[in-house]
Amino acid sequence: MSMTELKLEEKEMRQVYSETILELAKKDPNVIALDADLMSSISLNKISPQISDQVINCGIMEANMMGVAAGFSLTNKIPFVHTFAQFATRRAFDQLFVSLAYAKLNVKILGSDAGVTAEHNGGTHMAFEDLGLVRLIPNATVYEASDSTMLRKLLIQNYKEYGVHYIRTTRKKAVKIYDENETFPKGKGKLLRDGTDVCIVASGIMVAEALQAARELEKKSIDAMVIDMYSIKPVDAELLTYAAEKTGLIITAENHNVIGGLGSAVAETLSEIKPVPIKRVGVREKFGQVGKVEYLKEFYGLTANHIANIALENLGK
Amino acid sequence: MNDLELFRDQIRLWTLKQLHHLGFGHYGGSLSIVETLAVLYGKEMNVTTENFKEVDRDHFILSKGHAGPALYATLALKGFFPMDMLLTLNQNGTKLPSHPDRNLTPGVEMTTGSLGQGFSVAVGMATSLKLSGSTHYTYTIVGDGELNEGQCWEAAQFAAHHRLNRLVVLVDENKKQLDGWTKDIIETFDLADKFRSFGFWSTRVDGADMEAIHQAIIEGKEQKEKPICIILDTTKGQGIPYLEEKEANHHIRPSDEEKDIIRQAIEELEKKVSEKEAGR
Repeated sequence: MSMTELKLEEKEMRQVYSETILELAKKDPNVIALDADLMSSISLNKISPQISDQVINCGIMEANMMGVAAGFSLTNKIPFVHTFAQFATRRAFDQLFVSLAYAKLNVKILGSDAGVTAEHNGGTHMAFEDLGLVRLIPNATVYEASDSTMLRKLLIQNYKEYGVHYIRTTRKKAVKIYDENETFPKGKGKLLRDGTDVCIVASGIMVAEALQAARELEKKSIDAMVIDMYSIKPVDAELLTYAAEKTGLIITAENHNVIGGLGSAVAETLSEIKPVPIKRVGVREKFGQVGKVEYLKEFYGLTANHIANIALENLGK
Repeated sequence: MNDLELFRDQIRLWTLKQLHHLGFGHYGGSLSIVETLAVLYGKEMNVTTENFKEVDRDHFILSKGHAGPALYATLALKGFFPMDMLLTLNQNGTKLPSHPDRNLTPGVEMTTGSLGQGFSVAVGMATSLKLSGSTHYTYTIVGDGELNEGQCWEAAQFAAHHRLNRLVVLVDENKKQLDGWTKDIIETFDLADKFRSFGFWSTRVDGADMEAIHQAIIEGKEQKEKPICIILDTTKGQGIPYLEEKEANHHIRPSDEEKDIIRQAIEELEKKVSEKEAGR
């Protein structure tokens, strides 16, 4: 990761999702994409005419969609399920839990419109809990994609690996973090910037904020480490231990409730193996609301500035 | 029908034996589906220990998972596991939990028990088989109380939309749910009408009459446009007069007196079964 200017990508995340589904579906007739009346939101409508037997719009029935996915898995198909993050988790949790995870079936779920990126859909549609909910499910794998290269690679990896996989993402353009040769193994994080004073562990849209915070801190002669912990479950304990030993101070940054998500995963892991002070940047005891992303990030404290200030406070500067 | 009657009596006998050995359980809703299981596994479906791992065969999901003991009796009789394993129902470390688990019990196709979900899974399987060009059927037994769950009606809409003519939904209308009569809790009204209005081919039959159940399935399969729904007019505790008449018969923990009555019923069934076996 070079420290060049942080820029938005040319492609939207949804375009990458649908293109990857198309690629997998053309290669493998067992790939089935299921959606709950949000196909046009995730650009599946643009590719579905080319693979019409492999795309099913289940209608506004998330619970049934999870069961239908289970039925496909039982007949050796590989279902990819998309809906907004809160419908995939909050609304259909027991179906995800029992019919898919407890039954040990194979499904790849994309929860879109992560956290504040739900913008004008507001509190009903704004999931700050989805990572926490899926993390609670035994053996489920939980990712948050920070850019389109990662999203594409994670989808392909999930296709190859049997089990319940959940990827959280935004639908629109992400800040470009990775070049196309990068790989994203399960259970690993990416060390984007090494440092000695503090380590910022981030995921999703907060990775770009973390990198920006590191630059601000650099101006104040603070050497910050930055990790993209895209694999939220399993989390990369080895890399976290390295960060804790080297810096002695961890700040987590997530577009999610500080309970249950990345902050919890990092705190739970390090408290057992290498306890150091951990400060969690994220949503605290609040529901979502309507607004533009920039406004919402300010409101919930999900900014580079906020991360940098927390670092300064805790370093006694 | 002699062999099928024997199979039915064996399923009923071993359902009772499991629950009697355990000392408690879902007697009512297990007994009400015995005839239907006998027709499905004894006559209608091509599910065997040999073809179980294949995808292109008939499939069965017990959506009303609390009737697990009746399914276990059926599967053991079909040779999926030894008969003496039936007496491990709900014991610590068992492979036979009260609600079916596809990862534990040979012959169980899907993990069910959280009501409404098995219906959706059956619909997904039927859709998958249809897309693959299979000519096999997917069967599911759903409880009348289970139809309280909104997910069942999501599944029904999906099945009708996709013209799943090889899906057979059997509704065990035993007229009671855990807390009492469905008419007092959530009235079902005319279930055959409801399913017809959702786009199913539907009929109602005597759920204790195996010939009627079988005929209804055959008749449903003659039309090729719609999913099939058969409403089974059954009695909770079916086939055991004392249990049929007992008011609260969903989950029973029999008293010592009741245990004697059930033991007598078991002995009578054992006698009946051995007479039939001798007469084969």
